[in-house]
Parts: sequence; structure tokens; C-alpha cells
Amino acid sequence: MRFTLNGRPVSVDSPGSRRLLDVLREDLGATGTKEGCGEGECGACSVLIDGEVVDSCLVAAGQVEGCEVTTVEGLAQGGELSALQRSFIEHGAAQCGICTPGMLLAAHVLLTQQRRPTAAEVRVALAGNLCRCTGYTKIIDAVLACAK
Amino acid sequence: MPRPPSTTVGRSVPRREGVAKVTGEALYTDDLVVPGAWYGKTIRSTIARGTIRAITFDPSFDWSPSRVAVVTAEDIPGENVVQLIRDDQPALAEREIRHREEPVLLIAAPDRATLEEAARHVRITYDQTEPVLTLEDATEAFTQIEITKGDVAAAELDADLVTERTFRVGLQEQLYIEPQGAIAIPDGQAMKVIGSLQCPYYVHRALKRALNLTDEQAIVVQAETGGGFGGKEEYPSLVAIHAALLARKAGRPVRLIYDRHEDLAATTKRHPGVIKHRTAVRWDGTLVSQDIEIVLDGGAYCTLTPVVLSRAAIHATGPYVCPNVRIRARAMVTNTPPNGAFRGFGAPQSLFAAELMVEHVAEQLQRGVTSVDLRRQWMLHLGDTTATGQKLTESVGSELVLDAALKAAPPVRPSGRPAVRRGRGLSLVFHGSGFTGSGEKKLSGKVAIEALADGGGGGTFQILTASTEIGQGTKTIFCQLAADALGVPIERIVLAPQDTSLVPDSGPTVASRTAMIVGGLIQDAATELRNRLQREKAPLRVEKTYVQPDSIHWDEATYQGDAYPVYAWACTIVDVDVDMTTGEVRVTDLVTAVDCGKALHPVMAEGQIEGGALQAVGWATIEEIKMKDGGYQNDRLATYLIPTALDAPNIRTILVENPYSRGPYGAKGIGELPMDGPAPAIIAAIHDATGVWLDEVPATPEKVLAACASR
Repeated sequence: MRFTLNGRPVSVDSPGSRRLLDVLREDLGATGTKEGCGEGECGACSVLIDGEVVDSCLVAAGQVEGCEVTTVEGLAQGGELSALQRSFIEHGAAQCGICTPGMLLAAHVLLTQQRRPTAAEVRVALAGNLCRCTGYTKIIDAVLACAK
Repeated sequence: MPRPPSTTVGRSVPRREGVAKVTGEALYTDDLVVPGAWYGKTIRSTIARGTIRAITFDPSFDWSPSRVAVVTAEDIPGENVVQLIRDDQPALAEREIRHREEPVLLIAAPDRATLEEAARHVRITYDQTEPVLTLEDATEAFTQIEITKGDVAAAELDADLVTERTFRVGLQEQLYIEPQGAIAIPDGQAMKVIGSLQCPYYVHRALKRALNLTDEQAIVVQAETGGGFGGKEEYPSLVAIHAALLARKAGRPVRLIYDRHEDLAATTKRHPGVIKHRTAVRWDGTLVSQDIEIVLDGGAYCTLTPVVLSRAAIHATGPYVCPNVRIRARAMVTNTPPNGAFRGFGAPQSLFAAELMVEHVAEQLQRGVTSVDLRRQWMLHLGDTTATGQKLTESVGSELVLDAALKAAPPVRPSGRPAVRRGRGLSLVFHGSGFTGSGEKKLSGKVAIEALADGGGGGTFQILTASTEIGQGTKTIFCQLAADALGVPIERIVLAPQDTSLVPDSGPTVASRTAMIVGGLIQDAATELRNRLQREKAPLRVEKTYVQPDSIHWDEATYQGDAYPVYAWACTIVDVDVDMTTGEVRVTDLVTAVDCGKALHPVMAEGQIEGGALQAVGWATIEEIKMKDGGYQNDRLATYLIPTALDAPNIRTILVENPYSRGPYGAKGIGELPMDGPAPAIIAAIHDATGVWLDEVPATPEKVLAACASR
């Protein structure tokens, strides 16, 4: 199958029934996408497909034929961290870091769709991404600090 | 010895591994590419108690060693034991089954499909016996503790009011978002295990014993670790042994990565228990005696249960001074999966009961005395003596945190919805920082710091410890402490990897000891290195081993003395909404004031407190584990719920700095403390909202509705 991964066309020779998560991690070496539960509950494997946040453990790789897939590796441009990534570091939004890739992608989409979300809207946008370290406070702070 | 002023300590410098974590470059165990590695799997018992009759390998499947590796107890080259406190837990069951998730055999194969196919062709038959599944039915104890101060029976005769209550606390899963996992790589006689773990040297000792390896042959390396909370204190030893046994049998690397279902079903949980209090007071509120009985369910094997019970017992009075105390604590054996380390380590259980007891006594006194008044009357101050006879000589923050939290909490606002009642609750807790009693002395943790060859003028310095980064900020604060002690920019500090072949044993990353004890050793080592560099040249290495101060005395036999070097303190105020039609409890706001001694890194200190507070909110409200046939019924993330961003309250943290003379810059351990306070505050808030006392956690909608209905 062929799709675009972080702006670059990729081609994978693999059964389309495999999980997108496994294709990304094992075939394409994009291990920033994590597996936390394998059943769509935790959001650690969140990626963007054509700009929408999805759990890549629930997506068959064949479904992304021709799509644009973005993973955490695609957030920094030309070696420069995005404002959101910098904000996560500054505000202490990443602790153990295992939920961070998915959390960043969910927050990235929110900020793309809504330039000045409220704290309540940030909570809704991140509700599909579980974090056990932060109590979410610092993550919400980090996202709000990027709102323009 | 004068120290240079701090330039990074107390400032929230960027997290050491922050960039790697926000870019996806940080490599966790399952991210590691190991050429030629097979996939491993654990086959577990399906019964809670009995004996293995036979293990049969279906001959219709090709079991040739080129296709699949199989390990049973007979393949263990060393002792069939998971090294910890007692030698009761086997790495693989030989004959006896003591719980439903007992590992029986291991399989590895080159690909997942073959692995699953092989697993389907194994049949294990059993002779079952009646399991002991509840505390009520348990008769055998792992261990018992009694702490006595004064004379409770005599004192009660002198009291005006005696109040008795029974409290219950439930199981809880740590739920680190990265499941357990290890990769074992054989290399000649050596075995290297890379894994998600908190305590490299615990795994090292376990590996040596089970695989009959020397110190040098066993190599344990921590990969980036996606959360621990105690869950990766002892369990990784078992995962590592299993991975290593498979790798040895297969003659190639083996990856043993748990999926969430297996992790929830099989790994250790917080000890559930029943705690009874009998408290005697005078009409003026004077606390006369506390008689406390604690019974915890240890599950099928000992794990760390005696130490958990110890911390539960020592914290059982709450942060109060009482002349007459009797604490009787025991941990029972059942045929349920073993319970083990979890943030707070017994203290959340016993403090839950202690804090609610204050509420009940205040209510009984009925003289306009509030529970806050009683706390002020009872609380430990400087110079007071605890139940173990420990005189508190410094850094007692009880009053500071109570005042700070009360000042910060805004007035309670009405819920604005007729079916929803709002209430407020408060708790005051303390938590011993570091190991209990003589733990640090026995361990004698060691660190090293080196001026590398380029080290003197403008070069780098390397910190060597086995203390792990599991999200709490170990790497960052160690660099801060070393940089300031050496008087060099933090960029010139590097950390050696947590690899047992490279770093000394600074002890496990547990017990709120990393910043205070190991951080203190790093500060001392760096200070000495700085002094020696005045007259010596790099490369230069300084090692420091923990020496217990002469002023700390502990008697393990009588449970008397200095139980902890110092205590951290917290006051937590929560507001809850109780939906009277559904029974749902929602914690809307949480204010917590924490006496941490000194916040080495304020943002990380707050983050750790906020995360712990939410973990406690989960324990108190929605995290319920239901048992069925000796196993956990809701062993999937779809059925075991933890708080999401929508469930989490607005959390406000107030850091109170009340320095401890032996902590680095005054710092005390606070990793576990945030787990202690929210649960009793939430139950008190539910009472404030509804008028009913639950006396148990989690306060699920079913329990709230039942309590309201029976009122």
C-alpha cells in the first residue's frame, strides 16, 4: 500500500489487514507511536489520518491507502520543535512520556481547528488520551499556552 | 562544608530527556530493534488453587526447536524462585498452583502467528482444591506487626466517648501506560536483559539466582520507562527471568512484552484491606487512645507485603499525637494474584481510615467542634512523639499545610442543579520519606561521580547511579544537584545509563527516597569532587556510600524508634458533586498544600503531586476491581477505568518549603505522599453533600446510591 507519512510518500508491501500501528512501528520504524492497550481505550497510539485523530491500533493498514498519515515524528519541522512541543517541555506536560506522542497529536489537531480553546475544550479534546503521571493539569496548561 | 549557591536548584530547568519524549525519539522497551529476536509468551494457570496433573503438547503441532522454544520449571538452571523478601514465589509453577495467573510455562517463536498457534496446542490439566478467595476466609498470615504506646485499655476507662468504625479499601492497578516488558539477549555465558523497570539491581539479583549467573554474567539495563508507580518495582524481576529463560532455551534474543490485558490480569495491585478503629476522647476533644486493627490481603505470594504492612501500621494513627496507641496489623494469604508495591505502599490504606476517624469523632462530639478543629487539637508538632516513640525534631509541616490549604480554597459554590449536591472534604496526612527503619542502613546505597578525562576546565562530569527515571524527574534533579555542587553549568553534566554493568547500586527507585537520599549522596560526591579538583586532575572519580546518621535509631523487634528520617506533610481539600439520581461522584476541585522541604524543581514537584492526587481520586471513585473465580473480572482497559482529562478535577498545588537539614537543599521525598490525602477527603465531601458516610473506597455510584437509599 502507498500513503504519505509525515509529508513523505511511503510504500509498504504488507497485508492490508495488519494494524496501522504495527506497520508504522515495525515496517516504517516510526516507534514514536506507542501501544498502551491495543483496544482503542488509551490513545497512546494516536496518529492523524488526513488531519483526524485516530487510534492506530484499531485501523487496518489498508484503510490508509492514499491518505496522509502524521505521527509524532512529523511534528518537528526541519529539526525545529513545534511551539506545542516546546510548550510541553516548558510546562512539564511530559513526565514518563509514553502518552506524550498521542497527547501532542490530539492537542495539535485541536489547535489547528480552534485557535483559542477554553480549558474545558482542551479537556474534551484530550479525553481519549490517558495519562497516569500528570493529573492532566500541566498538559492542559501547555496546550492553553499555545493558543493564539 | 560551604556549598556554592544554587543556580539551577529551585528552578524549573528543561527536563533532561524532554526533547526525546516530545519527538518520539525516546526508546522504550518495545521500541528497541533487536535483530533475530523471537517473541515470547507466558502460559498461565486457569485455576486459583490446586496441582498440575499434566502438561501435554499436542503432537499435531510441529514442536521442533527451530520453530519454537518451550520452557518449563525443569529448564531453570538456577533456583526456581523470584528473589525478593521470601523465597515463596517460583518463576514457573512446578506442581502447586496458588493463584489463577500463576506462570506455568513459556513459549517463544519467530513470529506472533506461530507463537499463538503453539499456545493453542498446549494443554494443562489440574487437580483443583478449594481456594481461599476472601479476607474473611483467610487463616494464614504472611506477617504480623504490633505497635504499642501507653496502655489503651486503661486509658479508655478514663475517656468520655469511644467511637468505633470499620473501613474498607479496594484493589487498585498502577496502570502505567506502558505495559510490562523485557528483552533478553544471550551472549555466551552472559545474559543481558533490557526492560521497563524501576529497580535494576532487584532484577539483577533475581536473574543471577534463577539463571545461576555471576555478577558479571547478569546485565540489566533500564530502557526508557513509561511509568511505574511501584508496579515496576518487583514484577519486572519475573518478566526478566522469563525472557531470559526463553532466550537461553532458544539461543537467541527474546522479546517478552505484555499486552494490556495480561498486564491487568497478572501483575501486582494495591493491597485491599479492612481497617478497624476504636478511638477514645474526652468531651473537650482531647485524644486519649487509638486502638487500630489493620488486615491486608497479600494474595498468593509474599512479594513486598511485609514492608507494605509495616508502612501501613506506622502511618495508621494519622499525623496525630496520642498518648495511648495499639496498632495490630496483619497481612493474609489468599489464592488471588499477589499484591505488591504501589505508590503510598500501605499508607493510603491506613491513612484513609485514620482521617475518616477524625470526622466520625468530630461528629460524635456534637459540640460545634469541626473536624478541622480536632485536627488542630491533635496534630503532631515539633517535639511531639509518634506511636513508635519517634520524637519529631525538625521539619514538621502539619500546621503549615493545613493553614496554606484552607487559605487557598475558595468558598464552596452551589452546584446549581437540583439533582446534584455539592460538598467539601479535607484531609491532613504525613508520609515517611525514604525507607522504613533501618532500610537505608542495610542497603548502603552507593553513587559515583566522575570528572571525565576532559573534565577539569570546561569538560564534562558523569553521574553514575542505578536510580531510574520513570517520569518523576530523576535525571533532571540529579543533574541540577551535581551542577550546583560542582559550580558548573548543567549542560556539562551527563548521566551514565542505568546499566548494572556500569553503575553502582544506589538502591531501588522507590519509597520517596530518590531525591532525598540518592540526591543527597550525589550532592556530597559532587562537592568532594569539586574540592579534590582544586589539587588533582581529571579523570577523577568520587564514590559515596550512604551512612546512617548516628542520631537515627530503630528497633525492628519492638517497632520502636525513628521509623523514618523525616516526614512530608499534606493537606488536601476537595469539592465533589454527587448526582443523587445516578450516584455518580465527580471531584470538581482539589487544592493540596504539600510540605516538600524544598522544591528542587517546582514544576516537576507540582506535576508529581498532581498526578498522585488524580491517581488517588481514581482509587476513591471509579477504579474498582471485581473478583471472579480468583481472578479480576474487569481485566481490560475498557472495563477498568482510570480518570480521563474530563474526569480530572481542577487541581491547585501549593508547595510549602519547610527544609529538612539532611536533605539536599532541604528536600524531602514526596513521590508517594500525594496518594494519601484525596481518598478520605472525597468520602468526607460525599458526606458533606449527602449526609451519608461510606467508609470505603471506591465510592462507586452503586455504593453511593445504596448508602443514600438506606439512610
